[in-house]
Amino acid sequence: MAMGELIFVGLGLWSEKDITIAGKEAAGTCDKVFAEFYTSMLGVPEEKIEEVIGRPIEVLSREEVEDGNAILDEAADKKVCLLTGGDPMTATTHIDLCLRAIERGIDTKVVHGISIMTASAGLLGLQSYKFGRTTTLAFPEGDYFPTSPYGVIKENMERGLHTLVLLDIGKKLMTANEGIELLMEMEERERGGVIGKKTLMAVVARASSPSPSVRAGYPDELLKENFGPPLHCIVVPGKLHFMEAKALVMLADAPEEIMK
Amino acid sequence: MGRKEENVRKAEKLRKQLDRIRNIGVIAHIDHGKTTFSDNLLAGAGMISEELAGEQLALDYDEQEQARGITINAAAASMVHEYEGKEYLINLIDTPGHVDFGGDVTRAMRAVDGGIVVVCAVEGVMPQTETVLRQALREKVKPVLLINKVDRLINELKLNAEEMQQRFIKIIGEVNKLIRKMVPEEFKDEWKVKVEDGSVIFGSSLHNWAISKPYMDKTGITFKDIYDYCKNNDEKTLAKKLPMYKTALDMVIDHLPSPKEAQKYRIPVIWKGDPESPVGKAMLECNSKGPLAMMVTKIIIDPHAGEIAFGRVYSGEIREGQEVYISGMPKKYRVQQVAIMVGNDRITVKEVEAGNIAAVTGLKDAIAGSTVTSEPDMESFESIKYISDPVVTVRVEAKRPSDLPKLVKALRNISKSDPSIVVSINQESGEYLMSGMGELHLEITEYRIKNEQGVDIVTSEPTVIYRETVEKKSPKFEGKSPNKHNYLYVEVEPLDEKIVKAIQEGQIPENVKKHAKEVTKTLQDLGMDRVEAKGVFAIKGPNIITDVTKGIQHLFETKELLKQAFEEVIDSGPKANEPVMGVKIRLVDAKLHEDAIHRGPAQIIPAMRNAIYGAMTLAKPKLLEPMQKIFISVPHELMGEVSKELQQRRATILDIKSEGDMSIIHGKAPVAEMFGFASAIRSATGGKVLWNTENMGFEPLPDFLQEEVTAKIRERKGLKPEPWGADHYMG
Repeated sequence: MAMGELIFVGLGLWSEKDITIAGKEAAGTCDKVFAEFYTSMLGVPEEKIEEVIGRPIEVLSREEVEDGNAILDEAADKKVCLLTGGDPMTATTHIDLCLRAIERGIDTKVVHGISIMTASAGLLGLQSYKFGRTTTLAFPEGDYFPTSPYGVIKENMERGLHTLVLLDIGKKLMTANEGIELLMEMEERERGGVIGKKTLMAVVARASSPSPSVRAGYPDELLKENFGPPLHCIVVPGKLHFMEAKALVMLADAPEEIMK
Repeated sequence: MGRKEENVRKAEKLRKQLDRIRNIGVIAHIDHGKTTFSDNLLAGAGMISEELAGEQLALDYDEQEQARGITINAAAASMVHEYEGKEYLINLIDTPGHVDFGGDVTRAMRAVDGGIVVVCAVEGVMPQTETVLRQALREKVKPVLLINKVDRLINELKLNAEEMQQRFIKIIGEVNKLIRKMVPEEFKDEWKVKVEDGSVIFGSSLHNWAISKPYMDKTGITFKDIYDYCKNNDEKTLAKKLPMYKTALDMVIDHLPSPKEAQKYRIPVIWKGDPESPVGKAMLECNSKGPLAMMVTKIIIDPHAGEIAFGRVYSGEIREGQEVYISGMPKKYRVQQVAIMVGNDRITVKEVEAGNIAAVTGLKDAIAGSTVTSEPDMESFESIKYISDPVVTVRVEAKRPSDLPKLVKALRNISKSDPSIVVSINQESGEYLMSGMGELHLEITEYRIKNEQGVDIVTSEPTVIYRETVEKKSPKFEGKSPNKHNYLYVEVEPLDEKIVKAIQEGQIPENVKKHAKEVTKTLQDLGMDRVEAKGVFAIKGPNIITDVTKGIQHLFETKELLKQAFEEVIDSGPKANEPVMGVKIRLVDAKLHEDAIHRGPAQIIPAMRNAIYGAMTLAKPKLLEPMQKIFISVPHELMGEVSKELQQRRATILDIKSEGDMSIIHGKAPVAEMFGFASAIRSATGGKVLWNTENMGFEPLPDFLQEEVTAKIRERKGLKPEPWGADHYMG
């Protein structure tokens, strides 16, 4: 019986052109190509990706990926790949799947993709050494209002670190404006003095696309802006190196006073 | 000006004089003459003719009630009475005596400060006397006593004057025994009823007369005279000399507290907010100048006026056009009309002040139990405790499918006006299920849907609502979230019976979050371990969930989700999707993902649900069935027939007493076996039987029936016949 193989291929952030050549070749030679778009998603339809890799894609639901059996059964004796947005191993689910594949004796391989973790820093000119823990804002549901992202930002800030704040893409795609409002509500509830009128924030929309939005400013100004189509993310900068401050002014239109 | 109009005018004035107001209820066992007594009071106030009192049943204004001769809704009426040269305003709330409608009794008790306990001289103290008296005392409602149907002792039981007095002594003794057992500690001596001080009266509501010790002293009429009048069939004269309403209302004014006195000690029982806050102070003082605080005790759907909310104003005043808040609702409501009740008439007024009963329209989203207030963040009143939960369910269908929207609306109206009716939808079949306190309760509700709401419906045979519990402690069970990034570890075990009872009796505030300290303290006092008591974060339908973990990051943020999962499980247990009762759930460990997005509702709720279900499955889950107390009074020679009928119904006979030529049987039986008992016992005895039942909570279903009943319930609900094993919940 042929040994199965499971290859995780990162698609990057925006279009069919973000995939690496290694990724395209790996997917192109697989017996079966799955994809999932609930942990991250691109700005183009999956047909475009099918054209590039020259294979039909089966898109799996969240439940199917979490359950994992559809993928693992197929990979038991075939060469299977799972396409995901960004860089695959940043999602815990994919690590889980990878470990379960190894347990079942399936060979695994990862082909990396462009990740928002570095792209956002890059677009804003912030230094990647200086990022603390990443966090995600979820839409509140009824009485469920998680405020741990606020705690993460607070901790990072206290250590002078930047925070990448990812936004919910579950039932709805959260806009940066909604995200900022949520952070302000968390401030209201927690009163930790983290998000104020003079807290510098940055928004990155459509990273890796030909026309990304990159803006830094104070919450009230940012809330007035329309950052256009998804996906959006927020960065809350910590202590700025003079080079970073200059970059935010030049690349993201931040108020010049931050350079003082 | 007619008497009625004059009374309305006087009532308007008296409403503002707190020491001249009494809010009272009449409480009694079924058929002890409560409604005829209430009518006597109304007749005295000129609201109905005196001749008709005893027959007219003005308060039984539901057509259904008149047809069945029992009172279903608690309606309200205000009347004016003069005592020692001063006029008083008496607000009367009529309450049902049939236990199937126990919810209404409980709600009415919230609105009143004093209760006239009516006991039939012939039957004496009956089980429902005890039940309703307990409800009254729990709400700190002060009792006085009317021994009714005295004429029947003389004319039917042929007792002599001496025997008659012996009977009175016995009844008073029994009532005081009950009071002593259940009275709040501070009133132990004060609330005893006594002939000498006039807190006990004797009379006949059918014949409109009553006497008390003060009246004997005033008029010189003695028990011997009463005896003679009755014997000579001259109760008309008695009614002239000793009109019942006078004797009774004198007693009310003399012995029952004004709202100002009563609210001082009643507010802490029914409201857990800060007594030093403006609204707290105003309520304790019954101050009309303070913020508005009203508790809704009943909703009536009126064909013309729409939804009318009845309730007691505890502080401030409720005014036409006022903007108010309703507990649990985010928006404001505009009060349309404010009225007081006089018999069937709503008399519109500009405002109703603290200490009074108001009928209000415009409070669209209010339900019985709602707090209505002028303050946006007022602490709600404690929810009203029901003595028993619904135990019987029928499926309801519209006869014509096109009537479905009408049926949905009718069911909504019904459950709003009678919160002891619970309506739910079977998720699998889409059928509407209606649950109530007993067979009769559901029959009457069915009648109401057909006749008042005008929807033709068909209902299924009634089925019983069981409970699920566990028999032993489970091992630690692991529940996984669908994304497998979160593990929750749970243990379950039977909840201590003392704690179950305390929850059922409302001694533990349900809003655990808000009253954390009080919850912890009460549970510790009841013997719960300190760590467990401190960790309790939700209580529902006598079950408790407690977090005994230490220092787990992010757990705090998922509490709300754990609570939701707990509530889902309590509504629908693992054995037969019946409600869960008497289970303590301990969260002993948790492993959570770092990022909130990976431990949202879609992950944590199923993980917790599976953890609890799995643990319960390993803790010997068991069905409990609802039980009824049964009281049967039957001629000796028919005893055999009755016990044969009872034996077929898995009944236990607890006691048999002999009174004259009657046997009084006291027993208990499962509700499931009691369907159709009414006609069976009637035909077995040729109709020579008096009987009634009362719900008495749940007991374990016998072992030999567990499997069979479980399978039957599951099949009815469209589930596979056997419950899932623990492996099903491992995920």
